[in-house]
Amino acid sequence: MIIAEWKPIAEVVARLKGHRKILVAGCATCVAECAAGGEREVESLAPLLRMALAQQGCAAEVVTATLERQCEPEFIETLFPKMEGVDAVVSIACGIGIQTLGDRFDPVPVYPGVNTTSLAVREQPGVWAVRCEACGNCVLGETFGLCPVARCAKSLLNGPCGGTRENGKCEVNPDVDCIWLKIYERAMARGKLEALLGVQPTRNWSNSRHGGQKVMIREDLRA
Amino acid sequence: MSTKAGTRLEQVLKAGEFAVTVEVGPPKGPNANAVIDKARMLAGIADAYNVTDNQTAVVRMSSIAASKLLLDEGLEPVMQMVCRDRNRIAMQSDLLGASALGIRNVLCLSGDHQKASAGGKLKGHPGAKNVYDIDSIQLVSVVAGLRDRGVQEGGDPITEPAPFWIGAAWTPLAPPTAFRVHRLAKKVMAGADFVQTQAIYDLSAFGHAMAQAVDMGLTEQTFILGGVIVPKSAAMLRYMHRSVPGVVVPDVLIERMAQATDPLKEGIEITLELIAGLRAMPGVKGVHLQAIESEHLLPEIVQAAGLLPRPKGA
Repeated sequence: MIIAEWKPIAEVVARLKGHRKILVAGCATCVAECAAGGEREVESLAPLLRMALAQQGCAAEVVTATLERQCEPEFIETLFPKMEGVDAVVSIACGIGIQTLGDRFDPVPVYPGVNTTSLAVREQPGVWAVRCEACGNCVLGETFGLCPVARCAKSLLNGPCGGTRENGKCEVNPDVDCIWLKIYERAMARGKLEALLGVQPTRNWSNSRHGGQKVMIREDLRA
Repeated sequence: MSTKAGTRLEQVLKAGEFAVTVEVGPPKGPNANAVIDKARMLAGIADAYNVTDNQTAVVRMSSIAASKLLLDEGLEPVMQMVCRDRNRIAMQSDLLGASALGIRNVLCLSGDHQKASAGGKLKGHPGAKNVYDIDSIQLVSVVAGLRDRGVQEGGDPITEPAPFWIGAAWTPLAPPTAFRVHRLAKKVMAGADFVQTQAIYDLSAFGHAMAQAVDMGLTEQTFILGGVIVPKSAAMLRYMHRSVPGVVVPDVLIERMAQATDPLKEGIEITLELIAGLRAMPGVKGVHLQAIESEHLLPEIVQAAGLLPRPKGA
């Protein structure tokens, strides 16, 4: 799922000064799962903003709403009744939701209340770990289902750098496994070391962010 | 002898001489004299001089510029190039530029991650955007393409081949150790003419790794130089063991330094023992010496190791 985390309140408040009526908009999908942008978080963020703005002499009315999905135009339509008099929105959906709202409500500014970080899995309660960079050129078939693009600090494609720690962790982050060690171990466990012995050639990153904005078109699904 | 780039390092190795390379860190500033002074201090003690490329991700004078300053002083540089900061376009452009300046040895490295800079006393740039468009093994193959096939990575021709002697690094003792020799093999397959290892303190563990390399025939295809970092104190050895990736320091060596009345003298003694051990090891064709921020110790060490005078090169 897409994960996000709250921005520092001070950063959000700084954007909101001067606005009179603010809508805090949540999303009940991914960001709710990772406890950043669901209904509960909306209801705890709103009073914090009210208080912080009042303390700074910028008291504003703060109303709330949580959509099933902020990334889908159909769901966004249901927000219109709430928009009466609103002159700023704080969205705590992922970056997709924030932009979709922003387009629909233009010229009312829609500010991010979260930083969208990545595509991750919940490893254990309270711990999310990145598993995919949406790089558009999947190598999982060659790397035994473990992604070195997302999970190696250097996105190496030919095995571990020299920095693997004695305990098998990454030189950059002592809490993170060296994913190439894991790939190697999985290859060995499956008796397929030879899959890692060839030189992986330079990679085409053009279907990643590096190719400009990605747009996918499925003619068979177009209206 | 037939050569690929005709560098002194290539000729010394191919002549069967035990090669010596030493590391020269460029300054954190624009002063050419900082490089020139080191060059004059170290002239004649090595066959080639490694110029690091923003090591630990701290900004220093560029490896290309410092390499050129060494050349002007009559020293042969090994220009290091890391994948952290440049994409394949910038790298190839820099390689062609370096070649035009007369730089002929290049060492291809993945490079310390930008967060490595925050691990020491300096701030560095841990928030920098990293590149890692290609990895060190792919960089070796890109340089080989510029030299052997006269083509850029994308396939476009270059006007004439760029004659590089291509190097790579090997960290034999980092986990997973059983895979490290295979990764070395990949570097050789990609076109690494010579290999400099991470600093070795455990000769027996390294001997085991070298035996694997010999068995796999890698020492017939590439020249391996064993890395040595001159130890100056027990604290330095402990730090390297704990914090420098792939450096394994046996307890007995740390203890020996801790007991020494003159640690620097003991460190030089250990360095000489390591050099002798590497020299006697099957498949090892030279040493790569580093005396981080204490380069002045190197002339005495190379002399005492019986490695002077260096053979005449090109």
